[in-house]
Amino acid sequence: MAASQFADSGADLTLVGIQKRFPGFTAIEDLNLEIPAGSFFALLGPSGCGKTTTLRLVAGLEEPTAGRILIGGKDVTSTKPHQRPVNTVFQSYALFPHMTILENVAFGLRRRKVSDPVNRAHEALRLVELDHLAARKPQQLSGGQQQRVALARAIVNRPALLLLDEPLGALDLKLRRQMQLELKTIQEEVGLTFLHVTHDQEEAMTMADTVAVMNKGQIEQMGAPEALYELPHTAFVANFLGQSNLFTGEVVESTSAVVAVDVAGIRVAVPVARAQRHAGAVTVGVRPEKLAIHRDAPPADSGTNVLGPGRVIDVSFSGVSTQYLVAIPGAGTIVVFSQNREFGPISHVGDDVWISWNVEHSFGLADVPDEVQRFAGDTDTKSIAAQRREALIAELED
Amino acid sequence: MSGEGQAGTVVAGLFETENAETARGSRAPLPRPRRWSPSSWILPAYAILAFIFLLIPIAYTFIFSFNDSLKSNISWRGFTFDKWLNVCAVQNGAVCEAFANSIVIGVVATVVATILGTMIAIAIVRYRFRARSGISLLLFLPMATPEVVLGAGLAAQFLAFGVPKDMLTIILAHTMFCISFVVVTVKARVASLDPALEEAGRDLYGSPTQVFLRVTFPLLLPGIIAAALLSFALSFDDFIITNFNSGSVMTFPKYIYISASRGIPAEANVIASAVFLFAIALVLVAQISQAARRRKLAKQG
Ligand SMILES: Nc1ncnc2c1ncn2[C@@H]1O[C@H](COP(=O)(O)OP(=O)(O)OP(=O)(O)O)[C@@H](O)[C@H]1O
Ligand SMILES: [Mg+2]
Repeated sequence: MAASQFADSGADLTLVGIQKRFPGFTAIEDLNLEIPAGSFFALLGPSGCGKTTTLRLVAGLEEPTAGRILIGGKDVTSTKPHQRPVNTVFQSYALFPHMTILENVAFGLRRRKVSDPVNRAHEALRLVELDHLAARKPQQLSGGQQQRVALARAIVNRPALLLLDEPLGALDLKLRRQMQLELKTIQEEVGLTFLHVTHDQEEAMTMADTVAVMNKGQIEQMGAPEALYELPHTAFVANFLGQSNLFTGEVVESTSAVVAVDVAGIRVAVPVARAQRHAGAVTVGVRPEKLAIHRDAPPADSGTNVLGPGRVIDVSFSGVSTQYLVAIPGAGTIVVFSQNREFGPISHVGDDVWISWNVEHSFGLADVPDEVQRFAGDTDTKSIAAQRREALIAELED
Repeated sequence: MSGEGQAGTVVAGLFETENAETARGSRAPLPRPRRWSPSSWILPAYAILAFIFLLIPIAYTFIFSFNDSLKSNISWRGFTFDKWLNVCAVQNGAVCEAFANSIVIGVVATVVATILGTMIAIAIVRYRFRARSGISLLLFLPMATPEVVLGAGLAAQFLAFGVPKDMLTIILAHTMFCISFVVVTVKARVASLDPALEEAGRDLYGSPTQVFLRVTFPLLLPGIIAAALLSFALSFDDFIITNFNSGSVMTFPKYIYISASRGIPAEANVIASAVFLFAIALVLVAQISQAARRRKLAKQG
């Protein structure tokens, strides 16, 4: 691979049937992924779901148990990390403690014998606003500064594919916004491909062309940020990306236009095109900001879903909007976000209210939310044992 | 083993300066007892006694290197610089020859043991292979075995295979027991090395050789230097194993031992004192340059 030149454009990345097993633990199971050249791809997921492992597989620091990795159409599954046109911003920074910041940043350039490494390194350091600390050692920098050095050290190489493992996690909000902008500019200018792992949903949604939500070593859903937010396919995505109100019930009506389920005697409808399943027990969801609160029962209308009456149990003001918690018998507690167009809340704790939303805003999920709340990173032996037992009981009952 | 205690302390002192950067700066002043109580003088008195006890042999050796002695150097006959100025003159330079032999043996054994030991240490920490823990255990054995046993066993083997005893057999013997110490010292350093650093090196287009030379080796260097100094100190003052395997070759410790029966010449004191002063100077230089570097960094801000 011609690694002695800067990439003049990004390369596409394809993962085919990747599986990664560690002794006694499968971190990634049948992962298929296609990232077009020049795109900004964000990987979201709870802690321990296999994001870092995925990046390490792409970088060549880990070998897949099965499957193939293609970068720019070339199969690189069996090549060494230094032969791949890929650079990584490590989650743990991994700066060389025996070198100055400048030498850290120039390391990749020197290995590839790029001309004028020192000036290029200074340039990259100016980009992350750390050029004045070029002569220091990594131990003499703060966590956020180290993170920016790690970023500069990878980006200075202009790789066809840049892997970023939570590269902005240690920065304050202002600096983070600024770095996001810088990253996006670099990515668009050179047309590089970025694979960005983050915990920050907002970051993922504002920066990425495509967002993938990962759970337990598999990609649950991927797509454009807006599509992913407005039409989640699974309960996990609906709850992980933003908040959702979910109602589960048996399908009582199925026409060519809508599917309706019965939630505690009330009909809740979802457009057929927005429902993943059309029969049996179906979970219908709606985002909190799509809901409207009424003090009187709104008139019944086939284009509107109405729930109520329920009681307001909590009102919390958060500047732009106010969050209401409404307990509706049979339907659970519902979250409503309402823009503060007027001074003061539109209803108070203890009020009896109705809730309505446009049927078009409903989405139907492919699965039913788990009764047992799955916490992120529930991979300790105790919870694995608990899950095994539950799975076994479910199997025996069948 | 015989004089390793002192040698080890000197080396440990040197090694400490390498890592002291972080530990310094937070030393709170000791609280002072207000009244004159037994506890306020027992500790200092004990410390002074202990130091006198430790330093008497060294002070004796040093002072008697200036003795205007004739053949044996036991009673004080007057002060002179002669012995320092003409070290190699006595007994056709036997003292100096023994000293030179010891240096050559020490250097060669150290280089070989450090290279082999470092490779073994990296292999043991980084790779999983069969008999890995067994090998780690075996490497400890030479340290635990009495030197007499090692020396005699080795001598018997050389005899059995008809290998003539000379410098080479001494170097082989020293390399053998030094390797264990190198492995133990370097192993600790390898274990504390973050594998992510080497991964970053590979990710940044470093071939395996380049990653070793530019990342792994520089980070292991303090451990390797400490191991080399320890090896040299061990080799330089080894007597028992050397005595079994040296044939007619004279090393410095062997020379002293043999001449002890008919009186050690003052020239031996000179060399012993010089070695001691050299070690002290080495420690001082390391400390001072360390302090200077810290001050420079502090000034840079
Ligand atoms: N070398 C290893 N041996 C065994 N298990 C491992 C190893 N490396 C990772 N794992 C496991 O694989 C799973 C995925 O780890 P990974 O580091 O990819 O998580 P992540 O999604 O990056 O999480 P985070 O957001 O916390 O960084 C975890 O459950 C982890 O315990
Ligand atoms: Mg991670």
